[in-house]
Amino acid sequence: MQRLSERQQEFALALLDAARAAPPGLVGPDGLPSPRRFAVYRNNVVAGLIETLKENCPAVHRIVGDEFFRAMAGQFATANPPRSPIMLDYGAGFAEFIDGFEPAVTLPYLADVARIERAWIEAYHAADAEPLSANDLLAIDQDGLARVRLALHPSLRVTQSQFPALTIWRMNVADGEPAAVDLEAGGEDALIVRPGADVVVHQLPMGAAAFVRTLGAGKPVVAAAIAALEAAPCFDLRAILTGLIEAGAFIGWSLEQDTDGAPS
Amino acid sequence: MEIPPRAGVGLKPQHYRDVLETAPDVGFFEVHAENYMGAGGPSHRYLAAVRERYPLSLHGVGLSIGAAKPLDRDHLRRLKDLIARYQPGLFSEHLAWSSHGDAFLNDLLPTPYTTETLQRIASHIDEVQATLGRQMLLENPSTYIAFAESTYAETDFIAEVQRRTGCGLLLDVSNVHVASTNQQWDPFAYLDAYPLGAVQEIHLAGFTPETDEQQRPLLIDTHNRPVDRLVWQLYAYVIDKLGPTPTLIEWDADLPSWNELHAEAMRAEACMKSRAPRQEMRLATTV
Repeated sequence: MQRLSERQQEFALALLDAARAAPPGLVGPDGLPSPRRFAVYRNNVVAGLIETLKENCPAVHRIVGDEFFRAMAGQFATANPPRSPIMLDYGAGFAEFIDGFEPAVTLPYLADVARIERAWIEAYHAADAEPLSANDLLAIDQDGLARVRLALHPSLRVTQSQFPALTIWRMNVADGEPAAVDLEAGGEDALIVRPGADVVVHQLPMGAAAFVRTLGAGKPVVAAAIAALEAAPCFDLRAILTGLIEAGAFIGWSLEQDTDGAPS
Repeated sequence: MEIPPRAGVGLKPQHYRDVLETAPDVGFFEVHAENYMGAGGPSHRYLAAVRERYPLSLHGVGLSIGAAKPLDRDHLRRLKDLIARYQPGLFSEHLAWSSHGDAFLNDLLPTPYTTETLQRIASHIDEVQATLGRQMLLENPSTYIAFAESTYAETDFIAEVQRRTGCGLLLDVSNVHVASTNQQWDPFAYLDAYPLGAVQEIHLAGFTPETDEQQRPLLIDTHNRPVDRLVWQLYAYVIDKLGPTPTLIEWDADLPSWNELHAEAMRAEACMKSRAPRQEMRLATTV
């Protein structure tokens, strides 16, 4: 008799590969093989994963339509089954898959829309934290500001696109209404953060994505500002910093030499 | 908080607000453990608010107790943390497997009923109960196929697992109907052979009728519609034997309005009230 591990090995392989025959010895009530019955499991697994991706990517689903989405998500799911029983985490890598998905090549912004949706889901389930207010930062003197390191909110995500991906995303969620978009109109970067109960999506001005990413790498404000200026010569540090504080992007600060990250 | 012998409802995010704003009379709520394993966010906030007002039962769908490979220790630790945080009255998992290699297959897959599987599952349940420091309930599966190599009847298999591990049982009456139809068993004979004495909770759900390649009925456990008339009959049969028992309405897809879902739970509650309680039945037979 086959060992249980071998039985589950062949069962699992056949679930994810529709070209494989159902494993032997899986029978109906008459004791005879029943591929149709095995197909129920195959369908449950793949349809369940597609449904999870659909729930997490409503805009991508709306843009491409149900049939296209199911075909695309099904290919992703069978090649990339979940690695964890926590299905909240499922869908990492879907945007990168879309990047390489040949039939979607006429929708070059689609993967970036998927990145926004992935960031939204991650922000939704991220750890809770109380954001810093502008008052919390009053204690820093102007000279010290450049040396300050700012700790990002655990829910904070940044996405970048060379297309108006954020505009397209907004038109395709909730009661948004799709309209013609000029794909040459320039890129859009987004900040996705959940400072309190709700996930909020902001458009970032040019250079701000580099600024936030550099802060996120643990670098001080001065280094982040240099990175931002390289990306966008017209970068306005004061306006960006104010906007980020208002968005609840930060949860703590420290001076460069400090080891204690909490504000006094 | 202990789960009362009443009807409960599977809690869905779509109904969070209805539940918190209307404070419906419900015996308990149940959630899938894995849906609350995110670090933070609204799901935890709502669950904490519901937990303040109602008893809670925790139902795992990802532990893969029937897998040939060892249990996922990280997952077991996450369950332990969740139990410590929400203090559920009951914790249940499935007689099924869903993980293979490093892939999670996101379905409750069937196991052959053999001595090897029995030993494997019993040792996994021992580990779960030792790690969590509490009894778990094991749920009978809905199955679409049988394994030619099985040497135990499902009821004997479950009874033996229960005897070896001392676990409690979650009797999914809909699964009894689904599996019995698909495997051409007599569901009443199944219930007569099932170790009802260890049952601490019942599940009821809707299914979708299909057929196999020989046009034999094939019921799919879809949890997307009301409980079937035949399942209510089996439920009444069980309640006659057990008396009032915590009973959950599971509805996981194509969700109805909160009112419709609540009405389904009230139907289970009415069934429990209308059948003679066990104590009275015993008195009647002694007198």
